[in-house]
Amino acid sequence: MSKNDIKVALIGNPNTGKTSLFNQLTGLNQKVGNYPGVTVDKKQGISKLSPTQNAIITDLPGTYSINPTSLDESIVLKTLLNNDIKASPDVILVVADVENLKRNLLLFSQIKDLEIPTVLAINMVDQMDRKGISIDLSLLKEELNTEIVLVSARKNEGIKAVKEAIIRCHVAAKASPLCGINSKIDPDYFYKLKEISPNYSLYQLWLMVTQNNFPETITKEEKEKLLAFKQDISKLKKYQHKETIYRYQEINKILKKTYLIDKSKAKDLRSKLDKIFTHKIFGYVFFSLILLVIFQSIFDWSSMPMDIIDATFAQISDFVNRNLPAGVFTDLLTQGIIPGIGGVIIFIPQIAILFLFIAVLEETGYMSRVVFLMDKIMRRFGMNGKSIIPLISGTACAIPAIMATRTISSWKERLITILVTPFTTCSARLPVYAILIALIIPDKKVFGFLNLQGLVLLLLYFLGFASAILAAYILHKTLKIKTKSFFVVEMPNYKLPSVKNILFEVVEKTKAFVFGAGKIILALSIVLWFLASNGGSDYKNAEQIVVTNVDNQNLNDEELQQKIASVKLEKSYIGVLGKTIEPVIKPLGYDWKIGIALITSFAAREVFVGTLATIYSVEADDEDTTTIKQKMASEINPDTGKKRFNFPVGMSLMVFYAFAMQCMATLAIVKRETKSWKWPLIQLFGMALLAYVSSLLTYQILS
Amino acid sequence: MSTIATLNIGEIGYISEESLDFIPLKLLEMGCLPGAEVKLVQIAPLKDPLYICVNGSHLAIRKETASQIQILKANN
Repeated sequence: MSKNDIKVALIGNPNTGKTSLFNQLTGLNQKVGNYPGVTVDKKQGISKLSPTQNAIITDLPGTYSINPTSLDESIVLKTLLNNDIKASPDVILVVADVENLKRNLLLFSQIKDLEIPTVLAINMVDQMDRKGISIDLSLLKEELNTEIVLVSARKNEGIKAVKEAIIRCHVAAKASPLCGINSKIDPDYFYKLKEISPNYSLYQLWLMVTQNNFPETITKEEKEKLLAFKQDISKLKKYQHKETIYRYQEINKILKKTYLIDKSKAKDLRSKLDKIFTHKIFGYVFFSLILLVIFQSIFDWSSMPMDIIDATFAQISDFVNRNLPAGVFTDLLTQGIIPGIGGVIIFIPQIAILFLFIAVLEETGYMSRVVFLMDKIMRRFGMNGKSIIPLISGTACAIPAIMATRTISSWKERLITILVTPFTTCSARLPVYAILIALIIPDKKVFGFLNLQGLVLLLLYFLGFASAILAAYILHKTLKIKTKSFFVVEMPNYKLPSVKNILFEVVEKTKAFVFGAGKIILALSIVLWFLASNGGSDYKNAEQIVVTNVDNQNLNDEELQQKIASVKLEKSYIGVLGKTIEPVIKPLGYDWKIGIALITSFAAREVFVGTLATIYSVEADDEDTTTIKQKMASEINPDTGKKRFNFPVGMSLMVFYAFAMQCMATLAIVKRETKSWKWPLIQLFGMALLAYVSSLLTYQILS
Repeated sequence: MSTIATLNIGEIGYISEESLDFIPLKLLEMGCLPGAEVKLVQIAPLKDPLYICVNGSHLAIRKETASQIQILKANN
């Protein structure tokens, strides 16, 4: 970044192709970060305007006006009020949709009144002929007193003209306001407001008053004077209403002279498609089909790349193990860091596929129709129409599902969705369920055709969904979060998705996951490794103890090594931890070995099987479940002399895994998405408590 | 009293001047202005939300909001 770079803020209504334009201007020079001091993601990119001139373009969240109603929109306001030379934009690039020019110009007129140099990019002009739209560009430029460029971001047309306009605009004189709100509403009132500070435009001061948002650059004295204007709230509201109506009057006047739309030419594809997609029966049928396809694809398409990633990391680990000298560092690499990174990378296929589908649904405009269909149903449970997507995709993996909640604008509804999504039965629960069902449920038919084991699995999926919905209802009734219940969703026109936009979206979200959650997962993996491979004096002498024990004299070398490994685990910090928590988990029917598995599988549920495999001194071959199963089946409870994994213990464990939030990655992503440790910790302990109580009841009732 | 919520599908009305104070600023900014033509395009299967077309914008709003916005029906 150099001093001469032009700082450009990209602003526009949602669905105007703002992101397409951003992608065209910046290409792969994009970066996602947080706005300083605010907890919302910020997208920036560098655009080469000319051989000697670069621009840093900040993609601001889509908004209909500068008066914010959501966190996203308040970012726009904050950016525009900032008068700090370093942070405030030099040029504002407003993107408008040629078809909805009137509404788009409302935002433009507000921006223009800030008196910051502004370029207006009218997008999707390739649609003009088809929709019967004609624009008198030179007259419009004159009337709006601004640089205007006609572009088609999807077709990469007009991008060069946008760059040239930014440069021209940057060197031009200070911009003048378009509407001049003062004269029409209450000249005296606005004159007094303007008197307060010469450093801000009248509209900036007006926004500070109406939005109660004061930039750091404002002096204490000025702020006090501005606060005096806030005394009469009803007057403010009235003036805001008047302002909006006045703006529309001005816009209408200008468009009447410059913009023509021949409605007879408009082909009404939208209403035909809407008739199907929002139909009271077909609408739901179509939506169910889409979900089925997504659901299937996440499992089908991702299994092969996931297996390859899994195998690759095992090979890397193996390679490092063989080629580096044995020691603590090699162990840390092979048992902590490499599997830790692998545990992050392995989610990439599922995340990428899910975001591919979500991006397509968003881009085509279908998502708004789903929101329309589902809003009423989901509202009863404190969520909204958009919550259905995370809940369904949670059956693959809670991580991409929780990332998908970002489309939900109400914080309470989004938070509830984030908190309940981990209840849905994700794919990591499958290995646990599979092995336990195989151990305790007889392989027989019920009603002559239903497989009993399959039926139990289905019930567990149902349990997941039911508990998510129930938890949402309870949270809805208990969470005291004030959010505006106001709800409006634009139903955009149907569009063919742009491959470029979708690829950018998938890459960006996947990257955000890998680097965001990755750090935390890696750190916790290292901690777990340390606890499992270190211990007190008993741990260090484990080999000695095993070798000198008379019972072990007849074992062959391999069996002896396994025995040593198993004793080491028992004496390691995590083994001691398992012993420590034994009294707590005993009422659930578990011993310290299962306790260790519970602790290690906090990282990820599927670790449960692998841990038990190690503990029961089986070759750590995760693929070969029969041997693990056999070992588990033959494990004896020394207190009763009977099988350790009997029906009550198995059921209790399954219930535990259904409810407990045994997933470090989810915890990390909830922290990332809620931007605090508060909610993931509440979720962790809440779900653990529920898991404990339910398992306790299950075990005590069944045994 | 006619409001947006009392329209039938396909029916057109005009937002009345009196309802100005009841229209949330956000909706006003999205084009729900007094005097504007409103068409009820579709009602969600559970009778809420409503899908309207006003001033060229296609919006879904909840019934609660729609019933606060008074209109004059086109054929009255």
